Amino acid sequence: MDPISKFFVSYKIPIGEWGKAFFTFLTDNFNTFFRGLSGGLNFLLDGVVDSLLLVPPVLLIALIALLAYYLQRSRGLAVAVFFGLLFILNQNLWKQTVETLVLVVAAAAASMAIGVPLGIWAAHKPKVYRVMLPVLDLMQTLPTFVYLIPVLTLFGLGNAPGLIVTIIFVIPTAVRLTHLGVVSVPKSIVEAGEAFGATKSQLLWKVELPSALPTIMAGLTQCIMLSLSMVVFAALIGAGGLGTEINRALGSRKIDLGLEAGLAIVVLAIVLDRMTRIAVGGKK
Amino acid sequence: MTVAVDFRNVDIVFGADQAGSLKMIDAGASRAEILEKTGNVLGCAGASLTVNEGEISVLMGLSGSGKSTLLRAVNRLNVVSRGQVLVKDGDKTVDVVTCDEATLRRLRQKQVAMVFQQFGLLPWRTVEENVGLGLELAGVPEQERKERVQRQLKLVNLDQWSKKYAHELSGGMQQRVGLARAFATEAPILLMDEPFSALDPLIRTKLQDELLQLQAELKKTIIFVSHDLEEALKIGSHITIMEGGRIVQTGAPEDIVLRPANDYVRDFIANVNPLSVLTAWNVMRDRRDLEHGKDGWVWLDRRKTTRFKIDDHGLVAAAERDGKPAVWVSCADVEGQSEEAAQVFWANPGTSLKTVMLAMHRSQTAPVALFDDQSRFVGAIGIRDVLSAVLRR
Repeated sequence: MDPISKFFVSYKIPIGEWGKAFFTFLTDNFNTFFRGLSGGLNFLLDGVVDSLLLVPPVLLIALIALLAYYLQRSRGLAVAVFFGLLFILNQNLWKQTVETLVLVVAAAAASMAIGVPLGIWAAHKPKVYRVMLPVLDLMQTLPTFVYLIPVLTLFGLGNAPGLIVTIIFVIPTAVRLTHLGVVSVPKSIVEAGEAFGATKSQLLWKVELPSALPTIMAGLTQCIMLSLSMVVFAALIGAGGLGTEINRALGSRKIDLGLEAGLAIVVLAIVLDRMTRIAVGGKK
Repeated sequence: MTVAVDFRNVDIVFGADQAGSLKMIDAGASRAEILEKTGNVLGCAGASLTVNEGEISVLMGLSGSGKSTLLRAVNRLNVVSRGQVLVKDGDKTVDVVTCDEATLRRLRQKQVAMVFQQFGLLPWRTVEENVGLGLELAGVPEQERKERVQRQLKLVNLDQWSKKYAHELSGGMQQRVGLARAFATEAPILLMDEPFSALDPLIRTKLQDELLQLQAELKKTIIFVSHDLEEALKIGSHITIMEGGRIVQTGAPEDIVLRPANDYVRDFIANVNPLSVLTAWNVMRDRRDLEHGKDGWVWLDRRKTTRFKIDDHGLVAAAERDGKPAVWVSCADVEGQSEEAAQVFWANPGTSLKTVMLAMHRSQTAPVALFDDQSRFVGAIGIRDVLSAVLRR
């Protein structure tokens, strides 16, 4: 190697060491906190899953189909949802599907609950957004496996770390789309609100949020879809569900099992997507 | 007359270097110079204008002349860099530039309403929900709000459409919703920022007429921004012409047309049809300037075809046309008159020039006499007076 290049490799900046030290510091000092959080979340998620499994599957499927009708006012959709979920039941993947469903809905809800306020904040303060942007990029592009490890050491195995990993991956989308929605509220209607004496909070609730709603709801749909794409990774650190089946199929090279679980995820994705597509534009 | 809005030496600069820009304004720098030196944009400079209660004051200018900028200082949509904007608030006056947030909000809710060029309607709300916006923001209870909204919708003939969404309406109707929304707050001061510019010409004319009708009833104080001089002349009781952020001329419509202050204003009025503003009063020759004959006879025209005999009270005792006795008839009846040579038409000072011309046409170019309210003879208009007014020579 030439001397100049040699100079650059002579001292390696210990990024990895620093990161490790940081996480060791966290586990050493806040272990109880993280374990407590993890235990609480696990208890909550398992509780919801268990109580949903108490309901006879066909009844639950019918209820979901009814919800689909209530949300979208479409009989066709309700029928499609009903038969789609029956197919999953038929494949004997109902328990796993409920686990995945709960995880996905919880992750999407938590991401929206954190991401929407952050997005609004960023939209009102361009400086905040400039600081936020690289963090969001990092969260979205850092390979999932990289943060599986520290999350695993902090939270242990189970549904909770799966949920956390999914939230980390999904929040940027909620923030970005909320930001986009609020920033693209037409200036003319913001001014109209101001000119008629709106307070800051009236402006937010009566002008900005209703105007940004279609974009924010598109964000919700995206969050759900991205959460679903994470189930296989979440399963690696002990979150149950369809992801576990796929990992098992991969490990034992079972084409049939992989196909069944994979199709179940696709069906679930389509069902959730169609159910949460906002009807704002279609409201007549 | 009570002052509703008073601009006092208002400077508006957009950008960071306020102090530097203001110094340049004081030195009389132009907008381009300020932009080059400081990177700031001059909105308007040294603008002083008084708007009286109940009048329609039109701010005119090309785009970028600062007319909208000045208008939006009234409800602080634009922040004033220096100067005062005094707005009548009940019995007292508030300086919008320095007042606190709560006062500003109250002014915006109750005293100053606004109509926008792009309508500014909320597309997810129905027409009635849009009209009720100002009342809702001011916390008016729902029942009262509904009543007031219905009243406004009737006023602008939209009560059939109250449940429709704004985007389902045509442009003209949308702006009527905008008007109704502004009227609904019952604010005495109305800011209109090129409200009809986005509409096609026929609808624009119609809405102008409707606005004038409503104004005759409601007697608001209206500050109206326009780049269309015909529109300004039609609806304005006062017109203020702006150029490069500065006020060039303020005056009554006919002042602007007859006595433009500089070439900029002259260019502006070059294509204006003078018939739309001028009245008999603007073109007549005063009786003292007419040629007097013996025995109280006065020649009405230079060609000496027509003369009046005026008595001691200023009333007309006799008239002669081409040496024969003539009758004098009001211009107001010009349509119904048969064409007779021995007629002399008379008009009031406020009669439009167009009517006067019609009368001349009907009477084979005989001069038109002008009488005041007490039927006293005040002056006459000959064909040459009309021609020079129309040709502006």
